[in-house]
Amino acid sequence: MAHVSDRSVAEEVVQETWIAVLEGLDRFESRSSLKTWIFSILTNKAKTRGVRESRHVTFSGVGSTDGEADEPAVDPSRFMASGFWVDHWASPPHLWDDDTPEKQFLTKEGMLYLEKAIQALPLNLRQVLVMRDVEGLGSKEVCAILEITEANQRVLLHRARSKVRQALEQYVGGGRRQP
Amino acid sequence: MTRDELKNRAIDYLAGKVTCKEFTEAATDYLEGSQTWLGWVRFQMHLGLCPGCRAYLRQMKKTIHTLGRLPEEPIPPAVRDELLQRFRTGKSR
Repeated sequence: MAHVSDRSVAEEVVQETWIAVLEGLDRFESRSSLKTWIFSILTNKAKTRGVRESRHVTFSGVGSTDGEADEPAVDPSRFMASGFWVDHWASPPHLWDDDTPEKQFLTKEGMLYLEKAIQALPLNLRQVLVMRDVEGLGSKEVCAILEITEANQRVLLHRARSKVRQALEQYVGGGRRQP
Repeated sequence: MTRDELKNRAIDYLAGKVTCKEFTEAATDYLEGSQTWLGWVRFQMHLGLCPGCRAYLRQMKKTIHTLGRLPEEPIPPAVRDELLQRFRTGKSR
């Protein structure tokens, strides 16, 4: 959240969500997990807010699956452009050892970098990535919360993971020896 | 055709048609187990032959693992105070 206005809007949405949770707790039936239920309230509040304050682009793309789909998972220049091995690795990724990149990202600087990489994602990708990989929700739950199909969810998740992987690769690659 | 020739031809068919680009585009499908059985077999065979894609898959898995270890963001004190206040008074507005 780079802008103060976005940040404060987000805080308000979170607050409204907790209040709605508190009020609705009696009506909560354990058909879904509590976490899923809270996330659906949060998403709905954010959507409503996005409609109400359209100048805050932050929430305008909630649940959207537009765009991004055509962007490749890996920079095309890393594959062979022609010949027998066309579309095979020209510049393959390095094999990370057991401590990479975890060790780097236990530091404050690394953590900040990772968070920035997440923040840089378009909203629809960020939502899916945060719910699935940061919060650990299942794909069915995320599809229900965002009202998208499993296929859509996988596309968004893959785009998001690909972008974060690329960011981590750049970060890790900065100080490492070339083989 | 001998048995070995047949086997080689089957391997060529299954593995030879997967490009690394295709693998990187569908790695999440592979990890989520949402491919067809044949698709999964083709990817398995490609992985067996391609160290680049093995490294790529490992990077993807480690990316996911690292994301899962991010610490929770602390609640801003002002938000926490106001929420607690509302919880205590039992009024939402």
